[in-house]
Amino acid sequence: MSEQGQNKDLELLTFRVADQEYSLDIMSVREIRGWTRTTPMPHAPDYMRGVINLRGTVLPVMDLARRLNLPSQETNERNVIIVVKLGGTLTGLLVDAVSDIVAITEDDLQPPPDISSDPQMSVVRSLTVIDDQMIRVLDLAAVVPVSSEEAA
Amino acid sequence: MSDQNDPMAEIRASFFIECEELMEALQDGLQELEDGSEDPETINVVFRAVHSIKGGAGAFGLEALVRFAHRYETVLDEVRNGSLHPDSDAMKLFFLAADHLSDLIRGCRDESEIDEATSDELLTRLDALLGEDSVSEEVEPETFEVQGVSLDLDLDLGEEPDDSATVYTVRFKPEQDLFATGNEPSMLLRNLCDLGEATVRCNFADLPSLQDLAPETPYVEWIVELKTEAAEPEIRDIFEFVDGLCELEIIGGAAPATLDTSGPAEAPSAEEALPPPATGTADLISDDAAPAESTSAKVVPMGAKPAPPEASKDGEGERKANTTAAKSVVRVDLERIERLVNLVGELVINQAMLSQSLDEAGLSPHSDAMNGLEEFQRLTRDIQDSVMMIRAQPVKSLFQRMSRIVRESSAAVEKEVRLVTIGEATEVDKTVIERLADPLTHMIRNAVDHGLEATEKRQELGKPRAGTVTLTAAHRSGRVIIEVADDGGGINRKRVHEIAVTKGLVPAEAQLSDGEIDNLLFLPGFSTAKQVSNLSGRGVGMDVVKTSIQSLGGRITINSEPGKGTTFSISLPLTLAVLDGMVVNVANETLVLPLNVVVETLSLGKDDVQMLRPGHYVVRWRGGFVPLYDLGVMLGYRHHRQTDPGSIVLLIVLEDGSRAALVIDGIQDQRQVVIKGLDDSFYRAPGIAAATILGDGQIALILDPADVISGMGHIRGTDLMLSERKIANE
Repeated sequence: MSEQGQNKDLELLTFRVADQEYSLDIMSVREIRGWTRTTPMPHAPDYMRGVINLRGTVLPVMDLARRLNLPSQETNERNVIIVVKLGGTLTGLLVDAVSDIVAITEDDLQPPPDISSDPQMSVVRSLTVIDDQMIRVLDLAAVVPVSSEEAA
Repeated sequence: MSDQNDPMAEIRASFFIECEELMEALQDGLQELEDGSEDPETINVVFRAVHSIKGGAGAFGLEALVRFAHRYETVLDEVRNGSLHPDSDAMKLFFLAADHLSDLIRGCRDESEIDEATSDELLTRLDALLGEDSVSEEVEPETFEVQGVSLDLDLDLGEEPDDSATVYTVRFKPEQDLFATGNEPSMLLRNLCDLGEATVRCNFADLPSLQDLAPETPYVEWIVELKTEAAEPEIRDIFEFVDGLCELEIIGGAAPATLDTSGPAEAPSAEEALPPPATGTADLISDDAAPAESTSAKVVPMGAKPAPPEASKDGEGERKANTTAAKSVVRVDLERIERLVNLVGELVINQAMLSQSLDEAGLSPHSDAMNGLEEFQRLTRDIQDSVMMIRAQPVKSLFQRMSRIVRESSAAVEKEVRLVTIGEATEVDKTVIERLADPLTHMIRNAVDHGLEATEKRQELGKPRAGTVTLTAAHRSGRVIIEVADDGGGINRKRVHEIAVTKGLVPAEAQLSDGEIDNLLFLPGFSTAKQVSNLSGRGVGMDVVKTSIQSLGGRITINSEPGKGTTFSISLPLTLAVLDGMVVNVANETLVLPLNVVVETLSLGKDDVQMLRPGHYVVRWRGGFVPLYDLGVMLGYRHHRQTDPGSIVLLIVLEDGSRAALVIDGIQDQRQVVIKGLDDSFYRAPGIAAATILGDGQIALILDPADVISGMGHIRGTDLMLSERKIANE
């Protein structure tokens, strides 16, 4: 990620989730994979889509729409799984489609308005506008549950 | 070890690893001695092991260890030079001392409390073997360097060297490895000179001209005429540590006159005659006799064999026959092996995927691609086997620990017990060995305590006084079989049954077969010992053994014959990285069940399923009732119970011996699957032990049936919720 400085470049991977544009710092993205069928885990929280085989390791996949409390879309062939790394852990995020990679500067980012009642705002770190469209930059650490926090 | 900045710590760690190996050699040697080995090399091995431990311990200032090892060694030395003939009591003491030595090593390694009292007690007993004169011997510091052990060369040592000085001719020709192992001929020669009056000559006969000279090949030999009162073994002792690294001939007892010293008229002193080792050969030529001057070469008197020419040509010439070729061993970090195992696991999966997709592509089975694939499959299998072999270790170390257990436990119950081990070389996965130690210890104790009769009773029955416990390891059809057998009275089935009835484990009127009675031993809360001895029967019983064996994917069975003894057999998978599984379908998902829990598959008949109470069903099975669960519902994959006639049911046996029936949709296959750990950092699924990757690249979950069933209770609540949500989502 960029340091403090002005005009520092920041690259965002933008993608669509439930007809809305979201983005992630590209540095946390490991790879993007086409949709493969997940193996559901029993009794998992509903946003856990299950696990897939990522070259021999078992990768948990999360339905980002459900995680953000958005209406879940029908999964289709165009869906992709964004493999992100947080800490030492790899997680797959199921999104509708990947749109673009955009380069912006820190200055283009605005903090989200403080609407504490909106649950999904806590996972949005900042907002930016590209081509007249608002893009939400996700705070990965808030999206991917860490350790026992989510254990039901 | 953790401290990477401390080179000493690393050396220290490797010393302790070495100690383990030495202890193994020591145990082996003692065992051989006890079995009546006459080979002088055996006691030498024993002595050298203790000696090296002492030496290493001295270097690290481990006083307690040095003190014990030194006096232990002193006694062994007496045995070695024949002045002490250990009887069976002495042998027992040696074993005890060896056990204690290994405790001390462990104590020093972990820097934990050292049991000085036992040290002192054992030392007193060891000293008692020696007689009074040597009791007060003090620890000499750092004496290990040139303490000797005789080499058993095939020389006739028949004639007694008489008391007055005798002249020996010692021919000493170092080989390349002597220098490679850091030995220094001048030291050896100097030690030789210390024994008496010595004349050292250097023979340059084989020294090539400078341009042919290989810098690291030794060409020279030394001939020492030694006039000494020392006996020949003492001379040989000097060369103990270069045994096999040099050619050594000692011709003894000859009168000085027979040695025609036609060589250099004036023999140089030992110092001068010692050229630096091979790398410095150039100096040697310049300041000493020219290589051409070879007259002294053949002065060696009769009886001495001339050096075989090929041996003098290169350093890797013939060794002495008694140098057992040491197995070369690489120590590898377990983590690296784990990584390799994982990679190979991936390779196996990948290969399965490839073969499936080639299959689907409809290629002719005779096409090149298919032939290549076949070859690839064979290679993959070979690689997998070889990698598993790396992790495999002989069970020997485990068995040696058991021999200690036998010694200790037989002493505690005052029985004479002999442990016979068979198949020590059988190799088993390292993890399996580690996790086998506890259950095996328990079984051995059980065999000694409960299995064997008391000594008097054995004699009454006309059995040999000493009971025998046999520990066997063998490979059988892809699994490892470990057996613990005793030649005791066998299981007293009547008593076992009575106890089981009084403890309420079985109904009094139940008619049990012999096998079923034997298996009662594995029930939790069963212990046949009349009193709680301090050996076994501490409340942990065979059920614990069974549980730990099962957690390794193993099975345990009993075979008992009244009056003849009892045999416990453990059957284990070769590795924990691969599992024999039954691949089943449940609600369109593929699941893997460990094959060892599946007892039977049934097809539900019309009236087989009975409702116990709402939500609880049982299935009739051989006159009994077994609880019935629908795996799909339990895992939340579906919400309707499917118990229609014709459904397939797997009958499984849980670790506590209870049975359960699981409804599934279909059985795909029985096959070996590669176990993949699940990253449960943020979600741990109940009932799921691990995962595996199928041939089509899909992940299948490996069930832990006991967990699935025991988890039923608290899952029930969320179950309903989840089903509803599923409906809502669909």
